[in-house]
Amino acid sequence: MKGNVSEYKGVWTLGEQRGKEISSVSYELLAWGRGLADKLKTELSSILLGHKISEENIQNLIQHGADKVYVVDHPLLEHFTPDGYGKVLKKLIEEYKPSIMIASATTIGRTVMPVLAAMIETGLTADCTGLDIEEKTGLLLQTRPAIGGNVMATIKTPDHRPQMATVRPKSKRPLQADASRKGEVIRKSYPEDIYNSKVRFIKFVKDETAEAPIQEAEVVVAGGKGLKDGKNFDILYEIATLLGGAVGASRQAVDMGWIPYSHQVGLSGKTVSPRLYIAMGISGAVQHLAGMSSAETIVAVNSDPDANIFKVSDFGIVGDLFDIAPILVKRLREIKNQRK
Amino acid sequence: MKIAVLVKQVPATEKVKMDEKTGTMIRSGTEAEANPLDMYAVEESVRIKERLQEDTEITVISMGPPMAIDAIKDALSMGCDKGYLVSDRALAGADTLATAYTLSKTIEKLGGFDLIFTGERATDGETGQVGPSIGAQLDIPVLTYVSKIEELNSNLIRVRRAIEGGYEVVEAPLPSLVSVVKEINEPRIPNLRGKIKAKNAEVPILTAKDLQLDTTKIGLKGSPTRVVKIFYPKLSRESKIVSGKDPELAVEELLKFLEEKELI
Repeated sequence: MKGNVSEYKGVWTLGEQRGKEISSVSYELLAWGRGLADKLKTELSSILLGHKISEENIQNLIQHGADKVYVVDHPLLEHFTPDGYGKVLKKLIEEYKPSIMIASATTIGRTVMPVLAAMIETGLTADCTGLDIEEKTGLLLQTRPAIGGNVMATIKTPDHRPQMATVRPKSKRPLQADASRKGEVIRKSYPEDIYNSKVRFIKFVKDETAEAPIQEAEVVVAGGKGLKDGKNFDILYEIATLLGGAVGASRQAVDMGWIPYSHQVGLSGKTVSPRLYIAMGISGAVQHLAGMSSAETIVAVNSDPDANIFKVSDFGIVGDLFDIAPILVKRLREIKNQRK
Repeated sequence: MKIAVLVKQVPATEKVKMDEKTGTMIRSGTEAEANPLDMYAVEESVRIKERLQEDTEITVISMGPPMAIDAIKDALSMGCDKGYLVSDRALAGADTLATAYTLSKTIEKLGGFDLIFTGERATDGETGQVGPSIGAQLDIPVLTYVSKIEELNSNLIRVRRAIEGGYEVVEAPLPSLVSVVKEINEPRIPNLRGKIKAKNAEVPILTAKDLQLDTTKIGLKGSPTRVVKIFYPKLSRESKIVSGKDPELAVEELLKFLEEKELI
C-alpha cells in the first residue's frame, strides 16, 4: 500500500508449520527479524496460521525471539492455500500495519508472498541472503543474488508498506531458545469467506528418498559425472547420513537419471547455502556454482587438478573419489563411535 | 480449451564464465535465449493440445524489448499457435508487481483463457514472483511448483505440487494459473516444420496504449521496489588443496580441517 509510511511499525515474520511442527526456517527468520527490530527499536512479531496450533509451537516462537505472536486457527487453514493464507495475512496487515514483513523462501513463502504483495500492492524482493536497515532512512535494505550469483543487488521499497521480502533458508542461524522470554499472544478470527480458497487440498505424499529438503540441510554431499553410475550415490548417502546432511547432485547426474531432479543444485535446480558443501566428482560448471557458492564452507574431491570447483573451494583433494569416499566413511564412522 | 503460456527472454546462461583474475562471473556477449525453465511450460501446454480431442489453442505471451520476439518464435516452433509481444519503452524498469500488472491486463484483454502456464522462475532475475502475482491480480487459483498434471477437464485441474519433503495433490477450478517445475516433462526439440511455421508467423506487438494500461502502475514509475546498489561477488576462495597424497593422509587432513571449522 502506498500512503502514510509512518503509520507502519514493527517487524513481522511468517511462521511455518510442517505437519504439526514449527519448521526451523521460522526460527531463522526470527533471528533476521530480531536484528532488524533491535536496530529500529521496535517490536518483532511472528504470524502463525493453521489448525489446532499447539501452545508449545507458539511459545517456541517467543523463545526464539518473537515479542508477539499473532495466531489464526481454523480448520480451513490446516493446509496451505495461496489465496486463503493471502487473505488472512492481508487482513492482519491492514489492521496492525507492520513496516516489514518477511517469509522464508520456501515453496510456501515464495507462493504466498507474491500473492499477498499483489493483493496489497507493495514491493517484494525474492530470496534475499542479506537484510539490513539503512541508517538515515530506517528503510529495509534487501540484498539478493541474481543471474546465478553473478550479480548481487541491494533493493529497497521506499514508499510502499509493508516492505516485503523472502529470505533464503540457512542464510542465518536461529537464536538459542530462551525459556525465560515472555511474549504476548494475539488470537484473531475472521468470517469464513476470508479462509476459503479456490484451491482444494487432497493429500500430501512424502518422498521417502528425500530425508530433508536439500535447501534446508546443514550439510550437502553432492555428486556429479565423476560418480560414473547412479548406484555410486549410495556412498554419498552414507557420508551424508554420518554428517547429518542431505545428498545433492549436478545437472549431469540428474540428466543421466542417477538421482531425481529434487536433488539438483544449480541454476536450473535448487540453490543451497549449507554450512558445509562437499562436491564429489563435480567439475564446477558456472551453472552449478550458481546454486552452491553461498555455502559457508566448500570441500571438493576431484581427480582433475584444473577442475573449476577447486577455485571456489576452501579445501580440495585432488584424487580419485572412489579411493577417498570409502576412507572418509570409515573414519567418520570411527569418530562417531568414539564420541558415543 | 484456450491456453496462455508466458515466456521471458533471458541472457544465455551457457555463455557465463568465471573471470580468472577477479573470481567473479562474467557474461560474454549479449546473446539471449528463451528462459530454459519456461520451455517446460511450453511443452506441457503442447502436450495438453496433443492429448485433448477438442480444439485447443495455445497463445504465447512475452513482455520485453523487440528482440524478445525470438523467445516467442522458439515457443511457436514447439507447437504453440500464436504469439503476442508486449513491448513499450514505458514498460522499462518494471519490477515483478508492475510486470505482473502488465501481463495480467494483457491476459484479460486477449481474454477467455482456461489455463495460464509459466515456468518456475526466470534464470536471470530468479524471483519466481511474476506468475503468482498475475494469478492474484486476476483473482484466479495459483498452483505453483507443479510437477505433474493428474487430471484436466473443462471444469477443473488436479496437479501434484513438488514441495519440501514430497508432493501434495491439489485441485482447482478453471481458469487457473499453473507454474511448472523442470521434472514435469522433457521439452521437445522443434522439427523443421515447426521452425518454418514459427519463422513465418506474424507476432503482433502490443503497447501500453493498446492495452489501456494505468500509467501509474507500469514501468519503473509503477514499481514499488528500487535497486539501490549492484555489485559483483567474488566467488573464488582461499583454497587449501591436497594433491598427490596417499588417500588415507588426504582424508586425515580433511578431517582436521573440518574439526577446526567445528563442522564435525
